[in-house]
Amino acid sequence: MNDRTVLEAQNIDKYFYSPVKTQVLKKISFSINRGDFVSVMGKSGCGKSTLLYILSTMDTSYQGKLLIDQEIITGKPAGYLSRIRNEKIGFVFQFHYLLTEFSVLENVMVPGLKLGKLNREQLEEKAMEKLRIFGMEEHALKKANQLSGGQKQRVAIARALINDPLIIMGDEPSGNLDKKNSDIVFGIFKELATDFNQTLLIVTHDPEFAEKTDRTIVMEDGRILS
Amino acid sequence: MKYGLLLHIARSLMLARFKQTMVAAVGVTFSITMFIALLGFMNGLNQMLDGLVLNRTPHIRFYNEIKPNPDQPIDQSEKYKDYANTIRSIKPNSSRLRIYNSSAIIQTLKEDPRVLGVAAKVSTQVFFNVGSSDITGTVSGIEVEAENALFAFSDYVTAGTPMDLTQTNNSIILGKGAAERMLAEIGDVIQATTSRGDRVQLKVVGYYQSGLGELDNIQSYASLQTVQKMLGEPPSYITDIQVKLHELDLAPSMANDYAALFKINADDIQTVNAQFETGTEIRNLISYAVGITLLIVSGFGIYNILNMMIYEKMDTIAILKAIGFSGRDVNIIFINIALIIGIAGGTLGLVLGYFAGVGIDQLPFETEALPTIKTFPVDFNPRYYLIGGIFSLVTTYFAGYFPAKKASGVDPVDIIRGK
Repeated sequence: MNDRTVLEAQNIDKYFYSPVKTQVLKKISFSINRGDFVSVMGKSGCGKSTLLYILSTMDTSYQGKLLIDQEIITGKPAGYLSRIRNEKIGFVFQFHYLLTEFSVLENVMVPGLKLGKLNREQLEEKAMEKLRIFGMEEHALKKANQLSGGQKQRVAIARALINDPLIIMGDEPSGNLDKKNSDIVFGIFKELATDFNQTLLIVTHDPEFAEKTDRTIVMEDGRILS
Repeated sequence: MKYGLLLHIARSLMLARFKQTMVAAVGVTFSITMFIALLGFMNGLNQMLDGLVLNRTPHIRFYNEIKPNPDQPIDQSEKYKDYANTIRSIKPNSSRLRIYNSSAIIQTLKEDPRVLGVAAKVSTQVFFNVGSSDITGTVSGIEVEAENALFAFSDYVTAGTPMDLTQTNNSIILGKGAAERMLAEIGDVIQATTSRGDRVQLKVVGYYQSGLGELDNIQSYASLQTVQKMLGEPPSYITDIQVKLHELDLAPSMANDYAALFKINADDIQTVNAQFETGTEIRNLISYAVGITLLIVSGFGIYNILNMMIYEKMDTIAILKAIGFSGRDVNIIFINIALIIGIAGGTLGLVLGYFAGVGIDQLPFETEALPTIKTFPVDFNPRYYLIGGIFSLVTTYFAGYFPAKKASGVDPVDIIRGK
């Protein structure tokens, strides 16, 4: 079970064309198995965020092949990719990115409502359950912009979890937080990996953070070093 | 399916920018209100002005014209009929103004299913004798009931009742202008000289005012029998047969057919009043152009506000896309915002437009020329409401279409990376 590949990159090349043609990713190949807690580390500008956007299907202009859940994703139509993102990928960004128009609870529910597998009542229950894991249940009815940074990030993680995704991807999820909140977020990820067997792929430039993960992919100049 | 969710998101986005949304909706409301009020008012006036002439004009009028006979005796002759005959100084013969066999013609017309009604008329010239001077005038002998039913005769009788014409012997309803010149009050007896030289005494029972001053100076009305008696003619003496049709558009062809059948002259309303239709059409065109301009301007308002909203909500759009909303979903959300603004603003506009129309309808508008009009005329034709409603939806849809397209094309990576 644990050996099942959930994400695989095969020879991914990526170029930026403006201002001049530069290759930002060079023959990136690796795979992630279910339950892995993987971090991608590297200096600023080494292409780790770019790689993450390709892996998350949001960026489609690359060469090579991407497999999610052992299915080739490269070249699929945009509508299909949207569904993959909705169903199989949970995303946590550096800047929290909650929908400020909605309450905390609604923010967590939105991807679930979009998926449409559960009805509103069931989703509400599930969302509350996720919020409870992170100790956020008493904030459920607040507006998203009434929360602190650390709280927002916890809500964002709860949102990423609502559809029980295959993999959670994080783009420097603790990069904008202080030490204390950063530790809390890491603790949550660790707990997800060990207690819930959740697959995680986290991009970070913080070596301390990377050290504590199961496996670290180190990148430099668009290549994987180790 | 998930449409409810998209609608919910659209609603939340609008509530978050409630003031802007209101401004856009008020723009639509204002333009629809003005559109409805303007069209109703313009067309009310149009119809009234057209009615001034058209209501009183028969769709087809049959009459005999005094003119030289086109078939001169020489053309009948066996010997000369193939020659090119030139006859100088032809005079009209003493042909009759009366319509020959009028009762049969009326019968035929009444049996035609296309005909709404038929009213016979006798017209004659008279001199009204006022002291030593004579005033020329025309007296029309009418069938009062038919004239009332077909040509709204009683609307233009400003004093007295039209039915008095039938109940009082030798009575007359004087044109307002003529009455003023003669200083004739209701109940007075006036003297008139007919074209044959006979003098008759007529009792004034009412005033007639059409709003066309020239007509009111010369036109007076009496009953058919009174005029026949004045002229010393039998009851079959009819000079005009007026016909009103169910379908106005049939008038020209029917006029031609019957003119040939009865061998008399027939005028149809289109030929006689061509200029009225042209005027009406152009006035309509102008009011529609103004109304639609208003709507398009409000469309630009919505376009602007949606565009701004999209710039403000880039983060939200990016997030929605990142968590699995497709470009089409985002498109639907913004089209929904536009349509909600359109429907809400438009519906309110239709209601306010109706009330504006009711308001204008209450404003007093009294003029000497228009005796039947007491307030501004407003047309409450549901067609304007339908056009206004549809057009508000169409403009808001297009105003939303381009911003929505832009929103659906937002690349979430650009936004998220850009921070």
